Amino acid sequence: MAKFALKTALPGYLRDEQVRIAQHARDFGLDYFPTLFEMLPYDHMNEVAAYGGFPSRYPHWRFGMAYEQLAKSSEYGLSTIYEMVINNNPAVAYLLEGNSIIDQKLVMAHVYGHVDFFKNNFAFRTTDQGKEAENGEPIRKWIDAMANHGAVVRRWLGRVGIERVETFIDDCLSLENLIDPHSALRKNVFEQSQLETPVDETPEEVPRLKVSREYMEEYINPEAYMDRQRKKMDEEKSRAKKIPEEPDRDVMGFLLEHGPLEPWERDVLAVIRREAYYFAPQMQTKIMNEGWATYWHSRIITERVAEGSEIIDYADRCAGVLATSPRQLNPYKLGVELYRHIEDRWNKGQFGKEWDECDDLAERNNWDRKLGMGRKKIFEVRSLYNDVTFIDEFLTEDFVADQKMLTFGFNNKNDRWEVESRAFAEVKQKLLFQLTNAGNPIIEVEDKNFENRGELLLRHSHQGIDLKQDYAQAVLESLHRVWKRPVQIETKVEEKRAMLRYDGKDHAIKT
Amino acid sequence: MSLRVDQDHARFKQIVRGRVRQNLRRYISKGELLGKQGKEIVSIPVPQIDIPRFRFADKQGGGVGQGDGSPGDSLGDGDGDQQGSGKAGQGEGQHVLEVDVSLEDLAELLGEELELPNIEDKGKSRIAEVKDKYSGLRRVGPNSLRHFRRTYRAALKRQLSLGNYDPKKPMIVPVREDMRYRSWKTLTEPVADAVILYMMDVSGSMGDEQKEIVRIESFWIDTWLAHQYKGIETRFIIHDAVAREVDRDTFFKTRESGGTMISSAYKLAADIIEQNYPTDQWNIYLFHFSDGDNWSVDDTLLCVNTLKEKLLPAANVFCYGQVESPYGSGQFIKDLREHFRGDESVITSEIRDRDGIVDSIKDFLGKGK
Repeated sequence: MAKFALKTALPGYLRDEQVRIAQHARDFGLDYFPTLFEMLPYDHMNEVAAYGGFPSRYPHWRFGMAYEQLAKSSEYGLSTIYEMVINNNPAVAYLLEGNSIIDQKLVMAHVYGHVDFFKNNFAFRTTDQGKEAENGEPIRKWIDAMANHGAVVRRWLGRVGIERVETFIDDCLSLENLIDPHSALRKNVFEQSQLETPVDETPEEVPRLKVSREYMEEYINPEAYMDRQRKKMDEEKSRAKKIPEEPDRDVMGFLLEHGPLEPWERDVLAVIRREAYYFAPQMQTKIMNEGWATYWHSRIITERVAEGSEIIDYADRCAGVLATSPRQLNPYKLGVELYRHIEDRWNKGQFGKEWDECDDLAERNNWDRKLGMGRKKIFEVRSLYNDVTFIDEFLTEDFVADQKMLTFGFNNKNDRWEVESRAFAEVKQKLLFQLTNAGNPIIEVEDKNFENRGELLLRHSHQGIDLKQDYAQAVLESLHRVWKRPVQIETKVEEKRAMLRYDGKDHAIKT
Repeated sequence: MSLRVDQDHARFKQIVRGRVRQNLRRYISKGELLGKQGKEIVSIPVPQIDIPRFRFADKQGGGVGQGDGSPGDSLGDGDGDQQGSGKAGQGEGQHVLEVDVSLEDLAELLGEELELPNIEDKGKSRIAEVKDKYSGLRRVGPNSLRHFRRTYRAALKRQLSLGNYDPKKPMIVPVREDMRYRSWKTLTEPVADAVILYMMDVSGSMGDEQKEIVRIESFWIDTWLAHQYKGIETRFIIHDAVAREVDRDTFFKTRESGGTMISSAYKLAADIIEQNYPTDQWNIYLFHFSDGDNWSVDDTLLCVNTLKEKLLPAANVFCYGQVESPYGSGQFIKDLREHFRGDESVITSEIRDRDGIVDSIKDFLGKGK
């Protein structure tokens, strides 16, 4: 490959722009990793995008599928990828060859917004691989890590054969969304901790009631009572032996720890799990991240960089990026508007008890305490929130009305999608629901020895929407191939408790 | 330029091919295969291979958007599996992609999947086609046809035998005599010519769904017959109480209303055949789709007579497909079956719904006529 490697370095005039834009970004207070820009022709851009930004990942047809889609849509002029940026230290960003200079500038400014976000948002701390000894900067050598994953999988491909490995990858990908989104607060998911608590060898004593006179012993603690106590203890012990003790949402991790896996299967599963955790923060902060980058490219370009002749082209591009649609939320638009809304409110002091309690419309409209805390606030927000908490805390009734937000649903009677509501509470609730767990159902592993038969039990915590059943059954099949014993999931089907079970041959539904 | 992704891309295409093979049934019925580009290639949107995950059942969901409209206003029709919920963000929602499969491949797949026999020619073909086929080598020719490998081999052979080949410095220099060029032979191939006449009932009782079924079915029949014959022609006739010939586009899009006189279509078909397609040179296929609700018993009799006297002697086969519709009585298929019992050149088939298309194609083409 190296022989055919392209010259991807930026041409001189863009290098100069990059230096300027980086300086502007720093002046505005952005704090980013060193960022490398590379320029790619469109087909390589599509390739890199198909691999999620990492051209050296493990081989799999899914990337070919993504490529096909990207290649076709760019060939027919349906869409173009302008930019790609990788959460890595140093960050790597790709520019598309042949874009106009103003597009490239816009993209560079946008990229610095993203890189600042990668570095500072708490959700991305799970992608740290340690800290640099000298300066305490996080180590994120994900380009290397992904290449290593690729090498591991390729090695097994060579040894075990493409059919088996690929099928197993497919199975693992069916389980890819079964990870714990709160991992950021829990543990370092990239280290498989195998800490055993030391076992206390002394036999436990059966608790007795206190007896002050020894001869009273058999009256106060009669044999029957002691038996009951003993039984209770045994029960407790056996309950403690249930694995996992607490339901665990990191199903992938659980399988890795407890599943009867062959070495190659373990490697493949570990690779896919690790990559799922790597990409998880980007799912959890899509709105915030894109909003942040958009906020900064618009400020940097319009206030510092764009020349008079470029402003129309810039505005045109921006309008495209920020276009809204009633059937789909545009994270760029929602994010940037919400940051601006927050900045405005904190500049004017529109928060806190007084503001909340004020119901005089005129007063609210003219409310300006001239606090000027907006800038500081949005930087704080970009560090400490993810999409769910961002929306939960800062979405306001005024904002929903200003932005013409609405909820829609499918009306079976008319066989069409319809606007359902514009009420603040409903919009917010639906939005939060959509964002929670990145729109995935919440599923936990409950027991690895269900009914003492070595069967795996998952539980779907049902929040009003059923699982897509044919898909769920297909996932159970994949799960069975990993677990190699019957698997089941407890869920609800049409309001009734139901158990979907797969034993390796047949599916069963018990209600 | 070679890309790293090429391998994965090729693998994906292989899988899609394999899936076309296995799930052909499903694709046909979903009506996702349409459109021809140029002569050879159809570009077919096929579903993306969706990796199953635990996810929410569609349509219960909905989502949040931005825009105008008040509660109850439409935001577009629901169609099939289009998913409105899911991730907030752009780039989602594109559920079809284009896969280029050549018509030849497609027809072969169809043939394999449906176990269609190859069609027996009427054997009267008189039109011959001249074709060039590259099959041999010669020592003179234009450079553009130089056969590199064979030239190299000849040069190597010569140098070995002359003893001036040095394995340490394996340089091969071809001279004039070593040059090999591809050469072609001219072949004459008899061509069987075929014409398909599609007739469709567009009376008031044929709804959009019925027409959609006809469209999907005739696309596949077209594909199969085009695979069997070079130079296939198609003609389209629509009828309610009167029949007229139309182009392909109109054929599928027209919605008329009014009564039904099937005989009018058969008469027109007989005229077209008489004027354009001498029966000793053409393989003639007649397809008629209707919901089976004819105007009168008299007209049905007229149809039977036209078939017996004019159409059947000329045609390889006459296929009648009856699409089930909520309005039609569905009587016509029974009449046909009664009159032509035991006649192999009349094939009737009932198409209940989209899933019935495959079986119906099998009915029509399964005999190898």
